[in-house]
Order: sequence, then C-alpha cells, then structure tokens
Amino acid sequence: MKILVTVKQVPDTATKIQIRADGQGIHEEGIKWVINPYDEFAIEEALRIKEKHGGEVVVLALGPSRVEEAVRQSLAMGADRAVIVTTEGSVEPATAAHALAAICQQEGFDLIITGKQAVDDDSAQVGPMIAAGLGLPQVTVVIHLEVDEASKRLRAERELEGASEIVELPYPAVVTAQRGLNEPRYPTLPNIMKAKKKEVRRVTLESLSLPAQPWVTVNRLFEPPTRPEPTILSGDPAETAKELVRLLHNQAKVL
Amino acid sequence: MANGVLVIFDQNAGDIRHVVLEMLTVARSLGKGPVTALTFGTDAAKTLPKLAEYGADRAVFWESYTQYSSDGFSAAIAQSFPQFDADVILFPANAWGKDLSARLSEVLGAGLATDCLHLEAEASGRVKAIRPVYAGKALAEVVINTPVQMFSLRPNINAAEVHHVNPEVLDIAPSVDPATFQAVVVERKEAQTGTIELTEADIIVSGGRGMKAPENFQLLDALAAALGAAVGSSRPVADEGWVPHSYHIGQTGKVVSPTVYFAIGISGAIQHLAGISGSKYIVAVNNDPEAPIFKVANYGIVGDLFEVVPRLTEEIKALKAQQ
Ligand SMILES: Cc1cc2nc3c(=O)[nH]c(=O)nc-3n(C[C@H](O)[C@H](O)[C@H](O)COP(=O)(O)OP(=O)(O)OC[C@H]3O[C@@H](n4cnc5c(N)ncnc54)[C@H](O)[C@@H]3O)c2cc1C
Repeated sequence: MKILVTVKQVPDTATKIQIRADGQGIHEEGIKWVINPYDEFAIEEALRIKEKHGGEVVVLALGPSRVEEAVRQSLAMGADRAVIVTTEGSVEPATAAHALAAICQQEGFDLIITGKQAVDDDSAQVGPMIAAGLGLPQVTVVIHLEVDEASKRLRAERELEGASEIVELPYPAVVTAQRGLNEPRYPTLPNIMKAKKKEVRRVTLESLSLPAQPWVTVNRLFEPPTRPEPTILSGDPAETAKELVRLLHNQAKVL
Repeated sequence: MANGVLVIFDQNAGDIRHVVLEMLTVARSLGKGPVTALTFGTDAAKTLPKLAEYGADRAVFWESYTQYSSDGFSAAIAQSFPQFDADVILFPANAWGKDLSARLSEVLGAGLATDCLHLEAEASGRVKAIRPVYAGKALAEVVINTPVQMFSLRPNINAAEVHHVNPEVLDIAPSVDPATFQAVVVERKEAQTGTIELTEADIIVSGGRGMKAPENFQLLDALAAALGAAVGSSRPVADEGWVPHSYHIGQTGKVVSPTVYFAIGISGAIQHLAGISGSKYIVAVNNDPEAPIFKVANYGIVGDLFEVVPRLTEEIKALKAQQ
C-alpha cells in the first residue's frame, strides 16, 4: 500500500497567541512549532498499515522553510520520504487542498490520511476537499480503521456527538484522523539520525499554477472579548456554596 | 439571480438538533431571499412542524437517502443546487455538517467558513462571518469570494427565535442513485442514552484531576442531576479512563459554549480554556487561589471541592424545590 499523509506545522497548543497590530496575522517570534496533533495520529496509522501490509509512507507538507522541522520529525517517526510545497505566504484551506491534491496525483497512492483538522485555523476542510477534488470517497474523524486488502475496502468508525458510526468504503480514499485512533510513537534516536538522510522533494506553490483568487479571505484577526472581573469567595464551605447559588440565581440569573 | 439561503442538516427519527433552529433564525436574519430547509432519510418529513415554527419558507425532504454518504449526498445536492435559488448555504458545525460541507465546498467550487459564531449581511448582500481560530484564542472576520457562500454554524451561540410560517414542500428529486454511493454509513452506535450532549448543553459540570479518583465523579453526577446539566472533564482524567473519552473538553476535545460551565478541580490550562471560552459564565471550585482558572472565571470558590460540591448540590436542590 502506498499511503500519503499530509502534515501541517502549527504553533504548540500551549502558545499564547499574539495578534499583529494590523490584524493581518500573528506574531511568530518565540512560537514553538510542532506537528499538528491530529496529523500525528495520521502518521501513526499510516505506519501501522505499512507494517501490516507493506508499502510506502510519504509525507506531504505545505508552508515556509520552517516546516522542514515537522517533516523531519514525521520521517523520524518512520515515514519513508516527503514532499514539501513551498510558499512563504499564508494559504487558505482551498488553496492548500488544491496544492496537496496536485501532489497526490503526481505521486499516486492507495490511501491518503490527514488530521481531522489543523489546530491553527481549525477549518477541518483540507481532507474532504482533497477527496472531492480527486473524486475519492472520504471518511472523517476516524477513531478506528480496518483495511481489507483483498476487497480493497475500508471499514471505519467515526466519532459523532454522543454517538459513533461505522462507515464502509472502497479505497483509494481519504481518511481523517481523530484522537483515539491510536497512540503515536516517539521517534527513536537511530530513526532521528536516519531521518536526516531521507529524501525530501521540494515543489514551489507557484509551479502548480493554481488559480490565484482565494475562496476565503480573512479581513482581520482580533482578540476575543475579555472576561469581566471575577467574584471569588473563600471561607466556610457551607457559606460559600450558599452565596454562590445566591449570586447565580439573583445576579447572573442563570439558575 | 439566486439570493436565497439553503439550510442543510441531519435529523434522527424526525428529531432535529437545536442548532438547526439557530441556523433557521440566522438564515432569516440575513434578510435575503427564501430560506429553504433540506434534510434526508426516513422521517425527514416529520421535521416539518419544527421548520414551520422556526421560519423555513420552503422544505425539501429526500427520504429515499436513508444511509448517510458524504459523496452521495454532496453529488445529489450539487446536481439539484440550481433549483434551490440559493447563494448562501448553512450547515451545522457538528461532525455530520463538517464532513458534508467541506466536501460540497469543493464539489460546488464555493468557499466555506467553518464553525462560525456570527453571520451578518453586508449592504451588498454578501455575508461577513466571525469565526474562532487558534482554538478561540483569536477571532477572525472572514468573507467568501466565490459566488456561492458557505458557512457552518457552531451550536449554542445564536438564539433560536420562533417565527411561524407555512413552508412550501418542494418536490426536487435528484437522480443520483443510492446504489452509486461509495462511503456509506452501515451502523450507528449511540453512547449512553439519556445523557445531554456537551456541545448542546446549557449547563456543564466538569471535573479535573482534583477529583482524585473515578468514583468521586459521583459527586459531579449528583450536582449535574440537581442542575439538569451535562458532565464533562479535562483531558487527563479522560486519558486515565476515569470518564469516557467523550467527556474530554478543550483544544483537542470538545469545544463547548454553555450558559454556565462549572470547572471543579480543574487548573485551567490554556488547552482546556480553549474549549470553554465560549461559555457565558464560568464558575470555578479549586483549593489553589493561584489556579489560572480563576483568571477566566466569573465566580469562584477557593476551597476543598469535597466539602464544597455536596453543599452546592444541596443549595441548588433547595432552590429548585422553591421554584
Ligand atoms: C497538545 C496538548 C493538547 C491538550 N489538550 C487538552 C484539552 O483539550 N483539554 C484539556 O483539559 N487538557 C489538554 N491538555 C492538557 C493540559 O495541558 C493540562 O495538563 C490539563 O488540562 C490539566 O488537567 P486538570 O486541570 O484536570 O489537572 P491539573 O492541572 O492537575 O489541575 C488539578 C486542579 O485541581 C485542584 N485541586 C486538587 N485537589 C483539589 C481539591 N481537593 N479541591 C479543589 N481543587 C483541587 C488543583 O489545585 C489543580 O488546580 C493538552 C496538552 C497538550 C500538550
């Protein structure tokens, strides 16, 4: 099986986000960049499928030169090689999906796995858009995946609100990974060394000649409303409990 | 030119989620052309009374599409799309809506803004959206540049307002045959019945590592029962298996927007706060006065949760008994 995994580099989830004064992005100084957490589940699942069925795992990434770090980490987890679509500007979901779909087509594949969403712009669009663009079926937010090579079919469990559902589909297909799918491995030292020598192909975004007009434009970023000063009670548990219920009832009027 | 709003949603045995009513209200607030509701499957037509109550001008029921298929449904919607007279499409930002909307976006060549908090029509009739990015640590004002504009709406943020109409049921029948669907749902597993879904809950009682042991969640179950609330948790206690994974709230779990969020024995790590910033009121109980949760709380009690929570439950029961 040839499996392609898309990997995005995002700010660590512990990052305090600071918006630029012009609202056109965030300050990147001091940010610790990591692999999008959901993409780690995607890489792990691809590696497990390869370990069981044989084949190749190729990582696809898109972004400025710093993304090489996330790509090398993916290779250190065990992916075989990588393709990076290079671009300095920020890229909206449709453009990212179209660029990655173009690389998928160049590469050929049996399966494409992405994270269920990237934790920076939280759009959850790229996986399904690649699928639709390439005319492939999709299953998203997957917490369990079975591959049947004989029938070339997948059976996946996907998470819903308060429920889950089983989806069956033929592959080639696109699967998006949710927390719970697996427990991603840590790279071992020998694999970190090996990863340095693995092949990384670079393709510029411009060379893919995608339409220039973005589908979605971010006019500006701004701070969420600040929360009001808190009322903090301390002392006797019975008294504070009573006072809290009184405040919620009379002041906030929510009980 | 098409100028209506198409509201697409899932239903289960004729029941629809509250977010659908919120979507209908938002759709009307845009002041555009007719609001058309589209839903699928057996019992789709049973949603009609609710659609009438919340202002859907027109309704379309595709009852022969009994099994959800992202590729099948998006192909059918795309084929029928010109008949809906719409240039705005709304979806719920739940697992179902995110799956279908992103695929349909590519199929229609229409830009999509995911998980919107607020939509507003501009003078031009185009729609401006506010959506969270970086797990709500920032908000983005976005516009769609394609002729058709798509949005998914986060549950529990917008009000649902009654607006009685008499919807016209349209007979629009796509020729896409279910036999050609590729990815098909073959089975649905419900989690525990009778529990309130966190993303739709009005009040949430949530416990963290301060709960010390799984059996102590009984304290929170009792408080939640008194309040009519749902129970959630921080990530570590779900990872430990003290509670099901579906309880996990935060940046890598569920994002919730209740009226009141009780954080009990939760420190308030940035990843947890990311999942609760849409709460109208945050109430914290923690024995550490320096816990970061107090910086975002509206109300807090500094104290031992094992002493405070049972008393809170009693006080709430007493209040409810009076009401
Ligand atoms: C990539 C990544 C993603 C993450 N995503 C999430 C996420 O989505 N959601 C999430 O929740 N976390 C997430 N985390 C973990 C997060 O960083 C914190 O570790 C976690 O939220 C802490 O959980 P907690 O508040 O329950 O535990 P702790 O931080 O240990 O806090 C326990 C609190 O209980 C209080 N306490 C103890 N005993 C008592 C008592 N008797 N009475 C009253 N108070 C008491 C303590 O004072 C303390 O404040 C993520 C971490 C990473 C690295």
